[in-house]
Amino acid sequence: MNTFIHMNALSPGQRGTVTDIRHTGEMRRRLQDIGLIRGTPVECVGRSPLGDPAAYRIRGAVIALRDRDTALIGITPSSPWD
Amino acid sequence: MDTPTRRKGEWVVALAGNPNVGKSTVFNALTGLHQHTGNWSGKTVGCAGGECRVGDNPFSLIDLPGCYSLLSHSAEEEEARDMLCRDLVDLVVVVCDATCLERNLNLALQIREISPRTVLCINLMDEAKKRRITIDTALLSARLEMPVIGICARRKKDIRTLCDRIVSTCEANRRERSESLYPDYIADAQKELLSVLAPTLGETAAAFTALRLLDGTCTDCPACLSTDEREKVQNILTAFLDAGHTPENTADAMATALVTAAEEICRGAVICGEVRQKGRIDRILTGRWTAFPVMLLFLMLLFWITIVGANYPSSALSALFTAGEAPFLAFLTHIGLPAFLCEMLVYGMYRVLSWVTAVMLPPMAIFFPLFTLLEDVGYLPRIAYNLDRCFQRCRSCGKQALTMCMGFGCNAAGVVGCRIIDSPRERQIAILTNNFVPCNGRFPLLIAMSSMFFLGTSDVASSLGGALFLAAAVVFSVAITLAVSALLSRTILRGVPSSFTLELPPYRRPAIGSVLVRSMLDRTIFVLGRAISVAAPAGILIWLLSNTHVEGVSLFAHLTGMLDPMGRVFGMDGVILLAFILGFPANETVIPIMMMGYMGGGTLVEYESLHSLRTLLTANGWTPLTAVCVILFSLMHWPCSTTMLTIRKETGSLSLTALAFFLPTVCGLLCCAVVNAIGCLIS
Repeated sequence: MNTFIHMNALSPGQRGTVTDIRHTGEMRRRLQDIGLIRGTPVECVGRSPLGDPAAYRIRGAVIALRDRDTALIGITPSSPWD
Repeated sequence: MDTPTRRKGEWVVALAGNPNVGKSTVFNALTGLHQHTGNWSGKTVGCAGGECRVGDNPFSLIDLPGCYSLLSHSAEEEEARDMLCRDLVDLVVVVCDATCLERNLNLALQIREISPRTVLCINLMDEAKKRRITIDTALLSARLEMPVIGICARRKKDIRTLCDRIVSTCEANRRERSESLYPDYIADAQKELLSVLAPTLGETAAAFTALRLLDGTCTDCPACLSTDEREKVQNILTAFLDAGHTPENTADAMATALVTAAEEICRGAVICGEVRQKGRIDRILTGRWTAFPVMLLFLMLLFWITIVGANYPSSALSALFTAGEAPFLAFLTHIGLPAFLCEMLVYGMYRVLSWVTAVMLPPMAIFFPLFTLLEDVGYLPRIAYNLDRCFQRCRSCGKQALTMCMGFGCNAAGVVGCRIIDSPRERQIAILTNNFVPCNGRFPLLIAMSSMFFLGTSDVASSLGGALFLAAAVVFSVAITLAVSALLSRTILRGVPSSFTLELPPYRRPAIGSVLVRSMLDRTIFVLGRAISVAAPAGILIWLLSNTHVEGVSLFAHLTGMLDPMGRVFGMDGVILLAFILGFPANETVIPIMMMGYMGGGTLVEYESLHSLRTLLTANGWTPLTAVCVILFSLMHWPCSTTMLTIRKETGSLSLTALAFFLPTVCGLLCCAVVNAIGCLIS
């Protein structure tokens, strides 16, 4: 069974599907604009050298998001054999 | 820009699109204008307007700032939205990135909802082909019910097709409003609102306002409605809320509907053939151990090429100007100007002008194209990505790194660029600290000081040292920027960092030819033109100051005498301080004014070599310590007049403008005083 984690826990190369977004207001809008809603597949593609913003592939584009923002997004990680 | 107006028989066409999809390139191709383009989000700040003509049809073209959606966030997105919602625009061309079409369709669908005519223009088809993405434009066109054209904006032929399509769509009737994408309960309420709003607001604005009333973005009825209409709107909204639909849920439902619609439209029409590139370059440029060394290396390389390359053209230009001086004087005398005027024009204006040109033009002509190249490739957002942690610690926005980079070219441009930052608090921090980054006008002084006093002036080794020195100066200025940002966000601009999303665009091979032409035309000539227009009157003023004598001493000498005691405290002298003060219109004039002050003869010495300049300065009591203080003060003093005006305009606040003046000045004076005190103690 797949477990539920926060998006900032994705390690580079790992994929998952968004299950829950706990942002409200402006940031929720921003995320919707870039196509991040419940059910969107995401992939962590890397971390910045100082560790904090991480880069995610979201609907074909690479977007950098800070950990404090991704901590409010729930993810179901894909199994490695998917 | 001025509000575009419709002339008789003219179509008004707007270009909209996500940031970084090549909108500006399409705009330039359509109009033949040279608006600056770059591979990062937020390049176009403010709307640009242009004219273009297809056959016999005149068009007025508006290039809107890039936006992800019409639900405004930042100042520039709001600007795009406001322009679209006026009923002025006949047709909107939505420019999309072929490599990221599904995401881009979100905006296209939002625009389709409100605009009478829409054309979808899929740019970067060549890029998509390279990545084995195939796009069925006919299928997309049928599903979207609008013309869809795949182009590669750099190719002439595609632009022709696009033009023809724009004309034929403009001539066709307004499109029937397509079936709403939203769930029925939203669509019904939307229809009801539309019928009330449309007669007063016009179709476009009504369509937009209806949706925003439902999702709670807009809480007040538009002021122009009659009492009767207002009541109807209120009734519809109350009924909607009473049915249990909260604005939050509605907003979510709308967003989901748009994303799902985009997904369905692309299904089968956009086929990705190959696994995407793995980002090998990014592993180096943003890698844990490599990112910062590579950044420093790029910075040094940039400066080194600039310094080495600028040496010869600089001396050639100054020789040319020197040779031109005598004939110019002879010519002025010949046409019968009084001797006083001739001298003022030649020794005042001409000499300052030629100094500024000879010293500024070559480095700019090298630095700007190189910098544009980095920009075009897509490296700048990576810098912001690498540095974001630092800015987060300072409770400011990582995009501030982008505005800092713009500041290298020109601080005024950097201040305008701060519009890409959403949060007003973080934007103000970025605006107030932009001046800590040395602009192109201050590079000559930094280079001259470092090579005269610390590195020697001739060989390759010294130019390498110069580059190292400049890079160190930049690192120092970034550190100061961070420190001041942190200070600001803990004192007068208190707050927590807001949310942050930054797109990292794929690397693109830059079009080297057009980079050269564009950066030469747009930036170099523009900045030089501005510097010259400021330097000419400054030259005259300085000449007048040094040639107006009161009690046998020139005004210039009086002023420097007054400032001298103050200058000494900060490790400088009266002449240096006065040079910085008179350099307020343009930083480039600081060195020539200084030289003029030391010569005392009332005329500016000709720029021969750094060696002769050094002799002049040491004869006037300069030590390496003086040079350090001058460098520090050059890095940290009041912004130039253009930047001040821009800050006033962008912040709309006099007190913030005053703060932007005093903040760097106080920092600079403090630093200089401390360094001077330490230096004096040691020696």
